[in-house]
This record gives sequence, C-alpha cells and structure tokens, in this order.
Amino acid sequence: MLQKIYDWVDERVDITPLWRDIADHEVPEHVNPAHHFSAFVYCFGGLTFFVTVIQILSGMFLTMYYVPDIENAWESVYYLQREVAYGQIVRGMHHWGASLVIVMLFLHTLRVFFQGAYKKPRELNWIVGVLLFFVMLGLGFTGYLLPWDNKAYFATQVGLEIAAATPIIGDSIRSLLAGDPTIVGAQTLTRFFAIHVFFLPAALFGLMGAHFVLIRKQGISGPL
Amino acid sequence: MSDKQRVSRRQFLNYTLTGVGGFMAAGMLAPMVRFAIDPVLKPSAAGDFQSVASVDEITNEPQRFEWIVEQVDGWYESEVQKTAWVYRTEDDEIVALSPICTHLGCTVDWASQEEYPDQFYCPCHAGRYTKDGVNVPGTPPTAPLPLFDHKVEEGMLYLGQAQDR
Repeated sequence: MLQKIYDWVDERVDITPLWRDIADHEVPEHVNPAHHFSAFVYCFGGLTFFVTVIQILSGMFLTMYYVPDIENAWESVYYLQREVAYGQIVRGMHHWGASLVIVMLFLHTLRVFFQGAYKKPRELNWIVGVLLFFVMLGLGFTGYLLPWDNKAYFATQVGLEIAAATPIIGDSIRSLLAGDPTIVGAQTLTRFFAIHVFFLPAALFGLMGAHFVLIRKQGISGPL
Repeated sequence: MSDKQRVSRRQFLNYTLTGVGGFMAAGMLAPMVRFAIDPVLKPSAAGDFQSVASVDEITNEPQRFEWIVEQVDGWYESEVQKTAWVYRTEDDEIVALSPICTHLGCTVDWASQEEYPDQFYCPCHAGRYTKDGVNVPGTPPTAPLPLFDHKVEEGMLYLGQAQDR
C-alpha cells in the first residue's frame, strides 16, 4: 500500500533522487567510528541537531498549555507539569534538552576548532556556526524567563543589566529587549515569548539550512 | 536454513536501523502525543448541586433563576453564572429547563413574543418551545431544551448538570 503510494508519486515527480542523494552519500573512513573509534568526535554536530529536533517538538507541544502572561504563565506551567499526563516528561525534555544542546554545540565547536576544520575554504561555515551558537544562547536566555518564577525573573533582570552595560546604546537595548525602560513585567514576558518561539527559531532554521548546504557542498574536512 | 530465506546483510541492516529508529522516534513522540490528547482522556468532573432558590418562590409560571458556579478551567478558576427557567407543573413536579437553544446555542426567553405567550422563544432564528421545553415542529430547533438535574432539600431547590433529552 505504502509502496504503491510512493511509486505513484515517484512516477510523477521523481522524488527518489532527493533522498537517494542523502542516503547514498558516503561517510569517509576517517569520520566513521566503526573504523576508528576516535571518530566519535564527529558525532557532536549530529547530536546537536538531534537534540534541537527534540527541543522543537517538545516546545511545540508545550505551547498547547503555556500562556505568556504574567498572571497565568506560572500557573499554566504548574498545571501542565502537575495535572496533564506526561507533562513532567515533556517539560523535562525541553528543560534538560536546553542545557544538553549547549553542551553538544560546545563539543562540536571544540572539535572543529582543535582539528582546524574551520580553515579555508570552510571559514564561511564557521561564521554560520558562530551565528548558530548566538541564536542558541538567545533561545536559552529568552526561554529561561518563560516559567515566570523567581529564578527566571532575576536571571532576566541580570541579563538585562548586562545588555544595559553596552556603551552609549545600552539603555536602548535594554528597553528594546524588556519592552520598558525600568519594569521587567508583562511586556517583557510577551516579547521574550515572541522572540523565543518565532524570531529565533526562524533564524535558527535559516542558519541550519545554510550550515548543512555548505557542509554538503564543501565536504567534510580531511583526516588530521 | 535454505538460501532462499537468508536475510542479506543489507536487509538485516535496514530492518535493524528502521527498528531502532522507529523505537527512538516512538519513545520521543509517545509522551508528547499523550500530553497533547490529555483533554480528551480526562474524566469530566461531575457537577455539584447548587442551591438556586427557595421552593416557595416557584410558581406555575416559568421564572428565570440565576446562580453562580465555581468553574475550574485548567489553571484558571472563575465564577460562572448559570441560568434556568423553573416552574411547577399541575402535578406539583418541579421542572428546571436550560435556556440554551438546541438550534445554535442562543438564549431563549419565556413569553417574550406577543403571538406566543405560553412558549419559549429564541430571538436568533425564531425557534420556539412549548412550556415543557419540547421544540415546536417547523421551527429551527431539532431537540427539546435540556433539563437540569434537581433536588429539593430543606425547602431549597438545588440544580445540577443540564441533561440533553
């Protein structure tokens, strides 16, 4: 049945080459842990992507219950975690995954750095990678506020003070982020929510796409 | 084992990879899907009876009574006003009708139209119900008005959930 549907579509739009291109792409020997176990260091990029997929999925499901409003944010998180089936697990995935994704990203960066894999002609992909790192840090910073508990509130307070320490335009950056020159409140929460679920993920998808296209186009760097 | 049934290396790897991959995907998605469909699987809370009016107030003419119920909607708790049309039949039975029109959910009124002084009337699409809440054939509603569960204790009328009929 599935085969027939696949054949029907394939006959008309020829989709086989699309996935064959990825499936038949050979993993070089020096990148394959089956040949040299030390090649496991090449897994960190893929693991970062895997955890990112978990973050996107669990985040999508969390927004079914979460409300970005100072009256209800904490209550809705409490409700989804305590009253909804598997709420603790889904929130747990998003909570722990957020830390794990930074860890994986860092290990991936260290591997590329110490192997010198960022050198010509791959400088552009290094830049895209650094931008991805900033986007991830932004996601971590904005997501931290959303549960609207004491830890979230004061962590954001500190983060905003750091942003405000920027010379000359510091106060403007703070207002832009917090939605108000002095208050960390209703407008801060809605802003952080919008940045966390719309703006930064959009940037993330674009940059990830570029990251993958570039690595396919240039190939992975050779053995040491 | 005959050669025909031998699983090739490629097939074996395909099966294992699909199996392991499927298992991982299922392990990831199962909690999320259960999380999402929770409202469908939650048992609906049985409505408590609320004191609405003194039995002495109830006449043979339908009267509008209002009362407040505590509503728990996820993390949001609020007080919601409920309404019923209550009267006493000739056999001294108490009838408490829901005012929610069974056509499209507007609120019906008793004897609000001069032409139909002894009927419930819905202003949205001119739906009508007789005094016992049965819909008048030829008007939009297709079912009678729901009846509230009721009980009388110490001279007070208590209403519960509205039941479709």
